[in-house]
Amino acid sequence: MELVYGHPKSLKPIQTKYCPGCGHGVIHRLITEVIDEMGMQEKSIILNPVGCSIWASLYFDFDSVQVPHGRTPAGATAVKRMLPDHLVICYQGDGDLAAIGTAEAVHAANRGEKFTTIFVNNAIYGMTGGQMAPTTLVGQKATTAPYGRDPIENGMGYPIRVLEMLATLGGTKYLARGAVNNAVNVRKTKQYIRKAFEAQMRGEGSSMVEILSQCPTNWAMEPADSVGWVESAMIPFYALGEIKNELADVAGKEAGK
Amino acid sequence: MAAEKRLMKGNEAMGEAAVRAGCDAYFGYPITPQNELTAYMAKHMIDHKRVFIQAESEVSAINMVYGAAATGARSMTSSSSPGVSLKQEGISYACGADVPMVVINVARSGPGLGGISPAQGDYFQSTRGGGHGDYHHIVLAPKSVQEAADLTFEAFDLADEWRMPAMILADGMIGQMMEGVVLPEPKDPATRVAKPWAVGNKGKRAELNHVDSTQLVPENFEKALHARYARYDEIKRTVARWEEQHLEDADVILSAYGTSARVCLGAMQMARKLGLKVGLLRPITLWPFPEKRFGELAGKRFLVVEMSMGQMVEDVRLYTHGKSEVSFYGRCGGMIPTEEDVLAEIRRILKK
Amino acid sequence: MTEKTFMAGFGGQGVISMGQLWVYCGMKEDLEVTFFPFYGAEKRGGIARASVIVSTEEIASPLVTVPDSAVVMNMDSLPLCEANLKQGGTMLINSSLVKVDTKRTDARVIKVPCNEIAEKLGDVKFANMVMMGALSKATGAVKLDKLEAVLKSFFGPSKHKFIPMNLKAIEEGMKAVG
Ligand SMILES: Cc1ncc(C[n+]2csc(CCOP(=O)(O)OP(=O)(O)O)c2C)c(N)n1
Ligand code: SF4
Ligand SMILES: [Mg+2]
Repeated sequence: MELVYGHPKSLKPIQTKYCPGCGHGVIHRLITEVIDEMGMQEKSIILNPVGCSIWASLYFDFDSVQVPHGRTPAGATAVKRMLPDHLVICYQGDGDLAAIGTAEAVHAANRGEKFTTIFVNNAIYGMTGGQMAPTTLVGQKATTAPYGRDPIENGMGYPIRVLEMLATLGGTKYLARGAVNNAVNVRKTKQYIRKAFEAQMRGEGSSMVEILSQCPTNWAMEPADSVGWVESAMIPFYALGEIKNELADVAGKEAGK
Repeated sequence: MAAEKRLMKGNEAMGEAAVRAGCDAYFGYPITPQNELTAYMAKHMIDHKRVFIQAESEVSAINMVYGAAATGARSMTSSSSPGVSLKQEGISYACGADVPMVVINVARSGPGLGGISPAQGDYFQSTRGGGHGDYHHIVLAPKSVQEAADLTFEAFDLADEWRMPAMILADGMIGQMMEGVVLPEPKDPATRVAKPWAVGNKGKRAELNHVDSTQLVPENFEKALHARYARYDEIKRTVARWEEQHLEDADVILSAYGTSARVCLGAMQMARKLGLKVGLLRPITLWPFPEKRFGELAGKRFLVVEMSMGQMVEDVRLYTHGKSEVSFYGRCGGMIPTEEDVLAEIRRILKK
Repeated sequence: MTEKTFMAGFGGQGVISMGQLWVYCGMKEDLEVTFFPFYGAEKRGGIARASVIVSTEEIASPLVTVPDSAVVMNMDSLPLCEANLKQGGTMLINSSLVKVDTKRTDARVIKVPCNEIAEKLGDVKFANMVMMGALSKATGAVKLDKLEAVLKSFFGPSKHKFIPMNLKAIEEGMKAVG
């Protein structure tokens, strides 16, 4: 009999601490499925950010390095330079990547550092309890935007489209945006992750997969409603797809279409 | 009519006290266990049409505070230990440029990311000048929600008067617990200290104002530092503050600040019931440290209790000039000492 | 008078709001009060505990380590409360969820079927109020006679319609203590 569903080897078979309906768990699974398919479990290293996914090292069955908030790409840069034959994953939330760690993220991308960033965009600070993130949508409420994100009057700025911003940098070779709000998007997101990981192992340049992810707890929604909100509010602003693909591998390019 | 007593979280009480002190501008970045303070400021500063910015990092936030303060505004930030580490550069610059500001640290356990439980491991960082260079700034350590509100309110005046950052060193317990609090009456802006050194509104002012910490000529820099340290001496003489109980007949004096002082108070009460002569000396200002009072008590036996591996204990040893036997009892990593633990330590020391 | 209470249950049982209302009422009765919450590392549905002190004197440590009274809202909390409770202290047990007897034979044990009583009143959500009524009757530390006014400022106007139910739940809780 063929095995059609199994637990990824690289993911420990334990229940996570994430809230019901959280996107982080699904994303962990996709990463580990790809690692298993590539046979890279023994040569994977994850850089753990400060954010809800601080727990990642409990679940991934490979080595990890934990860094200060936002310094994840700096840590990943150096781990990859020391261990170029390893699959180095820089896992970051939107606060980690696009607020406190913007400088590190931009410069690692610009240097074309050959690790892959998995950028989990849930439009909120999850771990600290629902503050405004750089990716929070205009009008969206947060504990630090009690009347909703207001770009002009209270000077809260506009949501940042990270991939589009990074696309202008020469060092970036593969930038794709997926989501985990339904089966189709989950499958596509997995393909993006696979392409990014493979490009990394071929030594192609900087790669990043942004994943729109649910945070039902801090959006104050039921899990079922949160997947709908990704569709109705987030995707119209954060377009899904390959934002930049300059990979040498043409076949891969086609498969992503 | 007496002012109304409100039930508030420490974090919110500090926020409201800052609003009442006339905080013109608040700049913060989320971090547990002080998030309620930033959220409180988000709502109330916007409601009061004052400036609130959630910065992109603590580094940015402290420099926004610096910029606002340079214009003469009452300006403030709050954070917790890892975030306060990032603010140290800005604090060093503020001390170098004599810029007043209020910085609240609702401390948690470290080093590194550590944990989010209450701790007192930031004593050295706060009192020694946690950034580079020769400097100090005022550090106030509240023991209750009431005192957290009172000291925050007062910190704005102290900062302005002495032209330096005033830090509130609280901890996760003070920030997260709820107690009754009577809030200070809003500060009358007319009673604020004048800031002729601030930038902007030059009008007919003859001299230009430069808010700057640069001093490239060593001879001049040395002189400037001496002048600043003369001011520090005056602060030591006039600002040092502490609370004391039952020192006269004490066979052992408990010394602690903030949350651990509350624990010591309970341990002292339990000890007194057993007939043990125990006193309590609680520094309220950690810088300036109440060094004179400790000096007067040199020779007495001390037990210092902290939520750390032992930091303030070094000051107690220093200012009792080697004449006191000073013991230490600490819990760390976010653990909080209990009254029973401290009592057991007292009994061990007194062999009773 | 000083009454140190340790309240324990799981997230969603209203343990935190019970502690807050207890000290809020205590404050309105001119007592010194302290409330300190703990949550588990899980975001939702983890543990919920509170250290709660009301006193006629200045309160020393806000942390309740040896409680005069313990409120046990669910089965998981029983061993912890058994380990902490003061010799001869009062243990209030939500007997709807805690079906076993405590090992602490020295304790004054009061069993209150909070969930059943609350369900009869119309909603299991009021179980915490039933327990708070029982705590008031059992300890006498906070009379709760100013609760109505407290609830009015504690809850937003949209929830004021539930105030009579809350008061009823308190009353039933008081009655449940013999
Ligand atoms: C220097 C520093 N500042 C602030 C924090 C507090 N903090 C922890 S996680 C976090 C942000 C989490 O948001 P995000 O990166 O979006 O991750 P999520 O939890 O949403 O996955 C912050 C600000 C910290 N740990 N260190
Ligand atoms: S708070 Fe949000 S991001 Fe964090 S675990 Fe819960 S759902 Fe996920
Ligand atoms: Mg986020």
